[in-house]
Amino acid sequence: MPGKPKRILVKGNEAICRGAVAAGCQCYFGYPITPQNDIPEYLSKVMPKLGRVFVQAESEIAAANMLLGAAACGVRAMTSSSSPGISLKQEAISYMAGSQLPAVIVNMSRGGPGLGDIGPSQGDYYQAVKGGGHGDYRQLVLAPGTVQEAYDLVIKAFDLAFAYRNPVMVLGDAIIAQMMEPVAVREVEAPPASEDLGWNLMGKGSRPPRVLKSLYLEDSALAGHNALLREKYASMEKEVLYESFMVNDAELIVVAFGSIGRIAKSTVRGLREKGHKVGLLRPITLFPFPSAVLGALAEQRKLFLTIEHNLGQMVDDVRLAVRKHADSFFYGHLPGNLPTPDDFEQPILQVMGVAR
Amino acid sequence: MTQNKAVYSLPSVLADVPMHYCPGCQHGLAHRLVAECLEELGVAEKAICIGSIGCSVFIYNYLLVDTVEAPHGRAPAVATGVKRARPDNVVFTYQGDGDLASIGLAEILHCANRGERVTIVFVNNTVYGMTGGQMAPTTLLGQRTTTCPEGRCKEHEGQAIKMCEIVAGLGGTAYAARVALDTVKNVKQAKKAVHKAFEVQLEKKGLGFVEILSTCPTNWKMTPVQANKRISEEMIPYFPLGVFKDVTSAEDKG
Repeated sequence: MPGKPKRILVKGNEAICRGAVAAGCQCYFGYPITPQNDIPEYLSKVMPKLGRVFVQAESEIAAANMLLGAAACGVRAMTSSSSPGISLKQEAISYMAGSQLPAVIVNMSRGGPGLGDIGPSQGDYYQAVKGGGHGDYRQLVLAPGTVQEAYDLVIKAFDLAFAYRNPVMVLGDAIIAQMMEPVAVREVEAPPASEDLGWNLMGKGSRPPRVLKSLYLEDSALAGHNALLREKYASMEKEVLYESFMVNDAELIVVAFGSIGRIAKSTVRGLREKGHKVGLLRPITLFPFPSAVLGALAEQRKLFLTIEHNLGQMVDDVRLAVRKHADSFFYGHLPGNLPTPDDFEQPILQVMGVAR
Repeated sequence: MTQNKAVYSLPSVLADVPMHYCPGCQHGLAHRLVAECLEELGVAEKAICIGSIGCSVFIYNYLLVDTVEAPHGRAPAVATGVKRARPDNVVFTYQGDGDLASIGLAEILHCANRGERVTIVFVNNTVYGMTGGQMAPTTLLGQRTTTCPEGRCKEHEGQAIKMCEIVAGLGGTAYAARVALDTVKNVKQAKKAVHKAFEVQLEKKGLGFVEILSTCPTNWKMTPVQANKRISEEMIPYFPLGVFKDVTSAEDKG
């Protein structure tokens, strides 16, 4: 029933689950890993009650391949994990990209490399945005900065996955996963599971059989397939989302994504109160990247400081976006430490001081 | 006046095209058995095949059913996703021994243990065929391959893995049989087993598993006739034929 949206207080992990359920996710395949365990736990309770599918797989590899199977059926399906588990899913993600299968993958990323820690980190930016598996492919990457956004973006992720027949990743972190915030929830109309989408597997019935594959051995066949994929990836450009905060008169623009963008926003607000002309550009889609808006801001002779919770990854994309007119400074908060708005103040002032 | 009587016709599920398999390879025969069973059970229209990586990677060129390609070894996980998403469809994987018994060991064991209502057609020819005859987990002791040129050695490589016995030992397996394609009699037995492995899926009893001992003349460096003889002389003594589990016959016995 449409009407006033209901507001609930939930963790980011639960918001992801509720969003997925609202979006009509029919199948979820999971495996335990911190800090995303609330997702399989919640869905193991809820999905069977709704007559939907929950499977705890034997590994992240298997979970991602179960996702591939459900995606091949044209059913809305999702898996979730955290950094080390996401590494294991890369093989299936590459196959899904190559076979053009729509699927949603949630990464509540944690500190790395290796086993790292179970705290927040943005160390998986490259893996998410540059195609973490083998071969030349892209996935849409959505980076929530709030629990509300986690809810909204996972719903959007399903729509995008089916619009482009492509894997979509929701890239959060341990902050988004574990933080509780109020969320406005809504009812979403999802297509029925048995719908014939023109490409999905349902059994051939009276039509010719369908084949979903990524193998193209014949002369030039793979080149043709890649040309088609390139065109598709380019067409995703129109899906760019970002938050821009006090950028118009800003001398320096902080570029930060996800929970770090949220924290940097508090820093920007504080510095504004002290009279510093600072703004924030928070990419919400990491692929496609908001390069055009950054390029336009660079033309206005602004300074850029990219802040990330890693050793410097997104800064490469920012530098490419602004390269005709500017460059970007970088401040990397090391994974393993949780940043506060105060931590970003000095790096920002330093850049403004150094450059002036 | 002579009257022509058709004694064999191509199953409608099998494409009427030349196959890419080597002379004497029995993949084509195994494909035909699967095609005949799908046709006889009347389920080709709702069948979904999970292809795997190996010589049978092009199975979709021959079996005319909806098909998805799985990464190496992952077909049972993909089949799980397909079957859970579409429980009313008939879902099967077709995998070789490198795919199923080596890289995909976790996936097949857990798929069977969960009792997924799927059918697994497992072709065991004791080598990695497509990549050029390397040692497989099913390679017999003493058998020479390109990666055990002196012959498989128990001390270094261990013994050949007996998948049918392992899968039969798991709770979710409804039917597990090992068959061979070396004689007419064995081919008939093989067809019965494939049939049964689909029936248990249709009856929602659990996982149906058929291990098919098959030739690879090219990588065994044998003629088709020699290769066929190797099945009875070397493979069957180590990989005994038979039904290792059948929950339906247990029910019959009360």
